[in-house]
Amino acid sequence: MRDLIYSLAQGWDFLRQNERVSLNPSSFNRRRVLSDSLAVAIPVGTYGAAFGAASIAAGFSILQTCLLSLLLFSGASQFAVVGVMGSGGSAISAIATGSLLGFRNGLYGLKMAPLLKLRGFKRLIGAQLTIDESTGVAISQEGRGDEAARYGFWATGIGVYFFWNLFTLLGAIGAGAIGDPAAWGLDAVVPAAFLGLLWPRLTDNKTRVLAISAALLALLLVPFVPAGVPIIATALLAVIFGSRAAR
Amino acid sequence: MSQIWIATLVSSLICFLLKYLGYRIPESLLNRPAIQRINTLIPIALLSSLVAVQALTIEQQVVIDHRLVGLLVAAIALSFKANFPIMMLLAAASSALVYNL
Repeated sequence: MRDLIYSLAQGWDFLRQNERVSLNPSSFNRRRVLSDSLAVAIPVGTYGAAFGAASIAAGFSILQTCLLSLLLFSGASQFAVVGVMGSGGSAISAIATGSLLGFRNGLYGLKMAPLLKLRGFKRLIGAQLTIDESTGVAISQEGRGDEAARYGFWATGIGVYFFWNLFTLLGAIGAGAIGDPAAWGLDAVVPAAFLGLLWPRLTDNKTRVLAISAALLALLLVPFVPAGVPIIATALLAVIFGSRAAR
Repeated sequence: MSQIWIATLVSSLICFLLKYLGYRIPESLLNRPAIQRINTLIPIALLSSLVAVQALTIEQQVVIDHRLVGLLVAAIALSFKANFPIMMLLAAASSALVYNL
């Protein structure tokens, strides 16, 4: 009896899947793409708590902290803005560092534009959600078709936006409630956050050499130039490394 | 307006415009190998200098203190493929431990 039910269920499943394929060639397994998207969105979103805490420790208010997550919405740039301001840099160096780190989102947009084909207001929303994670999931779903890639982009973008902002607020409130940030290790959270963002990008020897050179150059410059400048200066190293490989 | 407000609003505006520009400019303009390569390298340079400056300096001086312990613990956690929240908790806990000793 159990075997009969089992084989009936299997047959039904098979029919349903084939029907879907034959009726609508662009259909895909929505649940699977959604679970891929949430598997990225939830852990990344909880990371927002670290940003919220770091931002408060750097002297930003809860409102300013939440505005950065709502309006800027790009983790590395946000950490950079509060990091540079927190270490005594000027607004200009904070803006320059944050913007240099945000440049890559423009290139992601370039990649996503032909896939998403957005117009008007939807394009503004799509642009705001164009970050490492939404682009990454969209690209990873391309094997399942354009429809799945688009779904992955929106599900991941909206998911990260929701959880990132929620946890930013929670982290900011939590950090605001405690006294000395160092006593809770919050001053170590910022460099650890940058290290976590850096780590997956160190894929070969060239990137590792660049990372170590950039860190050393920044430390060498720190005593001699205004805060924030040592960080921006290392972008030049990236340009040199990038152009050299062209030959 | 304070420096922090300027940093918050202007960097938000510029970062949004950068995202939006990607949807507006012709693909051929930026789709060159050298630009793509530099684009992957710039975050590496900036992030690693941020790691160094945030962990090892106070004002304009290079200082070794409890934050370096947190950073080393974070590096060990990452090399064991720990996920982000756990790595951050370990970094904060170890740094706080040394600070409070």
